[in-house]
Formats: sequence, C-alpha cells, structure tokens
Amino acid sequence: MRKIKLKILEKKPSLFTRLTLGILMFLLAASLAYAVWSLPTQALGLSAEVAKNVEMSGVSNPVTAVLLNYRSYDTLLELGVLLLALFGVWSLGGVSANKSSFVNPILDFLSRFLVPVFILFSGYLLWVGGFAPGGAFQAGAVLAAAGVLLFLNDWQLERKYSGFSLRFVLVLGLVLFVAIGFGFVFLDRVFLEYPPQLAGGLILLIEAAATLSIGISLAALFLGRDPSVKSDSKIDTGVHK
Amino acid sequence: MTPAFLYALVGIVLFSIGLYGLILYKHLLRKILAINILGSGVFLVMVALAARTGDAVPDAVPHAMVITGIVVAVSATALALALMLRVDAETGQAVLPEDREE
Repeated sequence: MRKIKLKILEKKPSLFTRLTLGILMFLLAASLAYAVWSLPTQALGLSAEVAKNVEMSGVSNPVTAVLLNYRSYDTLLELGVLLLALFGVWSLGGVSANKSSFVNPILDFLSRFLVPVFILFSGYLLWVGGFAPGGAFQAGAVLAAAGVLLFLNDWQLERKYSGFSLRFVLVLGLVLFVAIGFGFVFLDRVFLEYPPQLAGGLILLIEAAATLSIGISLAALFLGRDPSVKSDSKIDTGVHK
Repeated sequence: MTPAFLYALVGIVLFSIGLYGLILYKHLLRKILAINILGSGVFLVMVALAARTGDAVPDAVPHAMVITGIVVAVSATALALALMLRVDAETGQAVLPEDREE
C-alpha cells in the first residue's frame, strides 16, 4: 500500500490567514459560550417524561428506554446509516491489505487471550443495558474491538463465511428491527410500538441482533474492503500512472 | 459555575478548534480528524447540558442521541477515510480538487 503523505505540498497557511481565522473562531466560541451561559442552570428537559413512562418501556435504564423504545426510529435509521457506510466503503473498491510479514508475538498472545474476554464482556454489556449503563452500541463497540484485534494479527475470515453468512449477520439487526416494528402494526399498534408486557424481551432480542450487526459492521469498516473479494484483485481505477 | 457548564464550555472550545482545523488544513486526513474533534465537542455540549437536572438522573434523551451520533460519526469517518484513500489513489494527492497542486 502506498503511504499517504500527511505533509503533502502543504505550505503553512500565512500568518494573516491563521490569525484572522483564529480571531473568528474565538468570537464564535465566545458567542456560543455566551449562549450556553445564558441557559437556565436547572433544566429537566424530557427527563420527567422519560421517568414517568420507564415502567412501560420494558427496561429500567432510561437511556436504553429512549434508544429502543421511545425513539427507536433513531436507532433503526442509525443501523441503516451504519450499513450504508459499509456499502459505501465496499463500493469504493477497498484498501489493499496492508500486509506485514512480521506478526508481533505480544499482540498475538494478547489477542488470543483478550478476544474471548471481549466477546464475553460484549454479552455482559448487552445484558446489563436493560437496567444500567450498557446496551447494544457499547456491546457492539467491544465486539468490534475484538474484530480489530484479530485483523491486526492478519486474521482472515474463512472464505465460506465471507459471502452469505457475513451479509446475513450484517443485516440481521436492521431486518429484525423492521420485522418486529411492522409485526405489531398488524396487531393494531403503530410502527415500532411494543406491547408493554412484551417490551423487555423484544428489546433484548433486537439489541442482541443489533449488537452482532453493529460489531461486525464496525469491524468490517476497519477492514475496509469486502472480505469475499480477493484482496489482491485491485479494482481498476481507470487512471494510468 | 456548575460542572455541567464547565464541560459545555470545553465542548465549545473543542468545536471551535475542530472548525479551525477543518477550514485551515488542506489534507483530507487533517480535515477528517478536525471533523471528529468538532463532533466530539458537540457531543460533549449535549451530554453536559443534559446533566442540569440537579440531583435527579440526567436527561436520557440527549444521552441516547449522543450514543446514536457516535456510531454515525464512526461510520461516517470510516467512509470518509475510504473516500480519501480513493482520492489519493486517483490523483496522487489526498486533497480536495480546488486545493490540488499540479
């Protein structure tokens, strides 16, 4: 892989430019600070409404209640954004793998030890999200970290899993979310509304699927190319240098 | 000054530093880093201002928005980095067309 030159031909911007911009940014910061400063020191926001309905949401952690129940639209669309970003990265042809012949023995040993711990911790975060800080995003991030560790050790997804199986896991969260959301539309409820007595289980189910999808998507974003495409088959960029 | 306001002010400073870098630097990697700093500032302001509930639990709605925002920011950053690498592969320079030097 060709190294990206960070310095490029970048001439240092002139003192005048830097000074003008610096003063402008200072004024901007000052006016924003004034705006924040003039806000009331006590503001409940929506916390009263959140607390009032948290018992009907199926979970006792208010953040999870907001994410997966009150404003599940946000979370649904956000899973979509994550998937779109991944498709975008894949469609760009990807980065040719930065192969190093040297495998760091410390990294190798540590990953063997840490990756199972990460996976376990991810499951813990997913479970604990119902009643304490945690949830699908945090669990997904930890899962993705395990994936990043594996990729740093030149680990490769077996080819038989990199096709349909990978894509299935990637879309699982979004598909299950939409399916459950629409499922109750036929039972005289609005889109993404869950019956209170089922909400806890449904949220855990959606979060479990979302954790897998988020974790694998983030790890795939780190890899930067479609693993089912051979890494050495560079896509022709149409530029002949 | 309550801690909430202190954190919000730090968020504003981060936002301004990020905007400064975004405008001033031509290299796309610098711009992407600047956007991330800018975004972190916005997240910090949101989380800080949600804590103005006195002794009660902080407002969960901005917190949930920030969690969503972080994931979106991470995926947008990944897409931006992939675009940057492609721009570099096509033109030999990781800069926007108007900043290109022949």
